[in-house]
Amino acid sequence: MFGSGVLKGLSVTLKEFVATYIDDLKRIPSRYAGGRQLLDQTETPPEGLFTVQYPEERRKLAERFRYIPMLIYEAETGEDRCTACGICAKVCPPQCIWIVRDRDEKGKPITRPAEFYIDTTICMNCGLCAEFCPFDAIKMNHDYEIAAYDRMPDLIFDLNELRVPTTYYASIRPTEWAEEEAARKEKEAEKAARPAARPAEKPAAKPTPIALTAAPAEPAAPVKRSPEEIERLKAEAAARRAAKAGGEQK
Amino acid sequence: MTAETIATAQATAAASHPYNEVVPGAVLEATKTGLVVSPDRIVELARYLRDEQGYDYCSMVTSIDWPQYFEVVYYLYGAATPKDALVLRVRLTDKANPVMPSLTSVWRGADFQEREVYDLMGVRFEGHPNLRRILLWEGFEGHPLRKDYKEPYFEEESKPFKSRHPDGAHQWAEDRVPWKDNVSYPVGWDPDLWRSPEVQYRRIMGVDEATGNGDGLRTERILVNMGPQHPSTHGVFRMVIAVEGENVVGLEPEMGYLHRCHEKIGERNTYIMNIAFTDRLDYVSSMSNNLGYVLAVEKLMGLQVPERAEYIRVIMAELTRIISHLIAVGFLFNDLGAYFTPALYGMRERELILDLFEAAAGSRMMCNYMRFGGVMADLPAGWVERARNLVWNRLPKVMEDFENLLSGNEIFQSRTHGVGVLTAAEAINYSMSGPMLRASGVPYDVRRAEPYSIYDRFEFDVCSRPEGDVWARFRVRMDEIYQSLRILKQALDGLPEGPIMPPGKKQYQVRVPAGEAYARIEGPKGELGFFVVSDGKPNPYRYHVRAPTFINLTSLEKMTLGHKIADAVVILGAVDIVLGEVDR
Repeated sequence: MFGSGVLKGLSVTLKEFVATYIDDLKRIPSRYAGGRQLLDQTETPPEGLFTVQYPEERRKLAERFRYIPMLIYEAETGEDRCTACGICAKVCPPQCIWIVRDRDEKGKPITRPAEFYIDTTICMNCGLCAEFCPFDAIKMNHDYEIAAYDRMPDLIFDLNELRVPTTYYASIRPTEWAEEEAARKEKEAEKAARPAARPAEKPAAKPTPIALTAAPAEPAAPVKRSPEEIERLKAEAAARRAAKAGGEQK
Repeated sequence: MTAETIATAQATAAASHPYNEVVPGAVLEATKTGLVVSPDRIVELARYLRDEQGYDYCSMVTSIDWPQYFEVVYYLYGAATPKDALVLRVRLTDKANPVMPSLTSVWRGADFQEREVYDLMGVRFEGHPNLRRILLWEGFEGHPLRKDYKEPYFEEESKPFKSRHPDGAHQWAEDRVPWKDNVSYPVGWDPDLWRSPEVQYRRIMGVDEATGNGDGLRTERILVNMGPQHPSTHGVFRMVIAVEGENVVGLEPEMGYLHRCHEKIGERNTYIMNIAFTDRLDYVSSMSNNLGYVLAVEKLMGLQVPERAEYIRVIMAELTRIISHLIAVGFLFNDLGAYFTPALYGMRERELILDLFEAAAGSRMMCNYMRFGGVMADLPAGWVERARNLVWNRLPKVMEDFENLLSGNEIFQSRTHGVGVLTAAEAINYSMSGPMLRASGVPYDVRRAEPYSIYDRFEFDVCSRPEGDVWARFRVRMDEIYQSLRILKQALDGLPEGPIMPPGKKQYQVRVPAGEAYARIEGPKGELGFFVVSDGKPNPYRYHVRAPTFINLTSLEKMTLGHKIADAVVILGAVDIVLGEVDR
C-alpha cells in the first residue's frame, strides 16, 4: 500500500505520545508535581517524554562530573591543603590558573598561596589540575550555576571563592574521598610504625598538610581569616621550621 | 664506516631505488620516515605509484617547518588492493619562496589539503586548480603555522607560561595587547589604501578564467549563497552554489568559520594538554579523537597498554560510534524536512550513552578520558551493568523503532535513491573515508586494513553498499550501529580485571622521544589521523590532524552537480560534517 512507510512511522510517534501519559500515571509523585526534585539518571528512563523540567527538576550528577575547580581546606582546622606548588598551573591546558606564592615576614617563600585565581571564562573543565595535584588540594566542583552579569570580577574566582571544606568535598565526591582517606590513614600508619630513631635525616622540603604539631584552637570551618589569625599561623609555621632545624622529627 | 662512505652508501641506495629505474632522479633519499622525492619528478612518480604500484589512496598531506627547509609530506595507501603506508617527502630549501608541483592531477583528494598547506604554511602548489586560502579569510597576512609567526596574544613559545606561578597575579589577555582584541595588523598597513579582496566565483559562474567571456556572461546562472548561518549546514559552513533555475551547475565550499588554530595551539601545548583540546575537534565523538591522538603519541613513546584499558578504550570508541551515527542519521532527516523528530529520537539514546560517559570520565561531551598508556580512571561501580542493559536490552529495541520510523518512509526513499552518486573509483581518488567510502562500494575500514588497539580480536562485518548514493550512506551508518553493538557485546563480555595504566607514578611532564608518528583510527566520520612530530621537548614540534570530514568535502561539488538545489542540502547531510573537525 502506498504510504505504509509513513503510517508505520506515525504509529511510532503515537506510541510515544500514549506512553508519556501511562508513564506519568505510574509515577507517584508525578514528575510534574512541582518542587525541586533530583532526578537520578541511573534509574530506568521514563517511557515517552524524556525531558528534564529544569529548573524544577534537576539531574543528580555523576560523582566524577567536573565543572570549575575548588580548593579544599580541612574542615576541623581551616588549614588549606594547597601548598602553592604550581603543578596545577603548569598542567592547565588553557593556563587559566594564576598563583602567587605567599612569603613570610622575612620575604622567604612559604608553602601556601597568597593569591589564587582561576579564570572561569577560560577554564575548559578538563580536570587535569585535580588529576595531578599531589596534595589532593584542588578538586573539580559540581556547581554549574555560576552565571554572572560581568566577566570582571565575577568570573575570576579568587582564593576565597574557591575554598570549600572537606565536608563539602566528601558530600559531593564520596567514593574519591573515601579512597583518599584510606590511602592517607595507611600512609600515617606506615609512618608511625617506622622507628622514631632517625634524627640525622634531612628534613622534608615541604611540610605535608597531614601532620600538624600544634593544632590551632580555631572555631570549626571559618570561611574568612582575620589578620591576627594569619599572623598566628605564620608564627606557628616559623616555629615548626625552627623545631625541624633542631633535628626533631615532625 | 666513515661519514663519506655512509653518504655514498645512502646516495647509492637512493640511486638504486627501484622507483628510480622507472622515473629517474625521483627518489633522492630513502629515510626511515619515508622517501625524499625531488619536486621536479614527483608528479611522474605519483602517477606511476597510483597506476602501476596500486597506491591509489592519498590519505594525508601536511607540511613541517624545519629550520633549513619546508617539508611537504604525503601519506599514500592502497584502497582497492590494501597496502602499507608509503610516505613521500618533498624538501623545499628556498624558504622565501617555496614552490612545488601540485598532485591534484593524480589524486583529487589532495585538493583541500594542499590548499591548507598553502594557507597555513605558505607553500605554493603549481598546477593546483584553485589555490587560495581555505581556513583563513582571503585578506589574511602571513602563514600562521610557520615557526616565526607570533599570534596577537603571544606570551611564550610553549606552555606552561612563567607568568602563572609563582608570581601569578591575574591579567586579562586583552589588556596585554595594544588593540584590546585578538587582532594584529601587518607592518605598514594603511586602512585608507586597503581594498577588501574579492573572491571570484568566476569558475562556477561559467566565466572563462583566461578570456573573461567579455560580456557573454551566462545570465541564466545565479549565485546562491547557502551562508554560514543556515539551519541545515551542520554548523558554520558556507556553500556558494551556481544554479540555472533549480539545477546546480557549480558549487564552491567555503570553510574556516570555526577555525580555532588547533594545530598552532597544539605546538604550544605539552603532550598531555593536547588531549583536552582533541575533545573539541569532532565534538560529537570526543572519545574517538582522544583515542587517535593518544595512539599517535604512544607510538612515539613505545608504551604498552594494559588489557583492561584496551577493552575500555574499545567500549568507549564503539559507544562513540553509535552516538555519532545517531546524530548523523537524525540530522540527515532534519535536512530532509522531517524537522526534529528523528533527531530527538536519536538524541534520547545518545543521552543515555552520554550519562555513561559522565559516570566514567566526568564529562558528557568533552571527555578527556584517554591517557598515554591507558585511560584516566577505572569504570565506577555499576557502570558495566548499565552498559550491558543498554547494549542488550534498550538499543536493539530502539534500532527497531528507528527502522520502522525511518527506513521504510516513502518520502525518504524517493529523495535519497540515486542522489549524490559517487562511484568507487571516484571515491578512492577523492580520498573519501569512512561511511562515504564504504557506501560507494569500497569495503575499506581502518579497523581491518591496519588494526589498532585490539580490534583484531573482535568479530564484526565491514558494512559496504554498492550504490554510492545518499540512501547507501544512511544504510551503511545504520548497519554500522548494529556492528558496533556486536563489538560492544563481545567487549563487555570479555572485559578483564587489572590495571588501567602502565606501572609507574602519574607523570604530568611526559617525555616523548624525538621522532615522527602517524596514527589513524576508524572514527565515526572516517579515517581520523594524528600526525605528531617530536623533537624531544615537552611540546610537539609539529602536530597535524587529518580530519575526515574536511577531506570528504572535496567531492561535494562532484556529487551535487546535476541535482536540484534541494538535493544539495541532503547530500551535505549525508557527508555528515562536524565543523569542529573541518576547520580545526
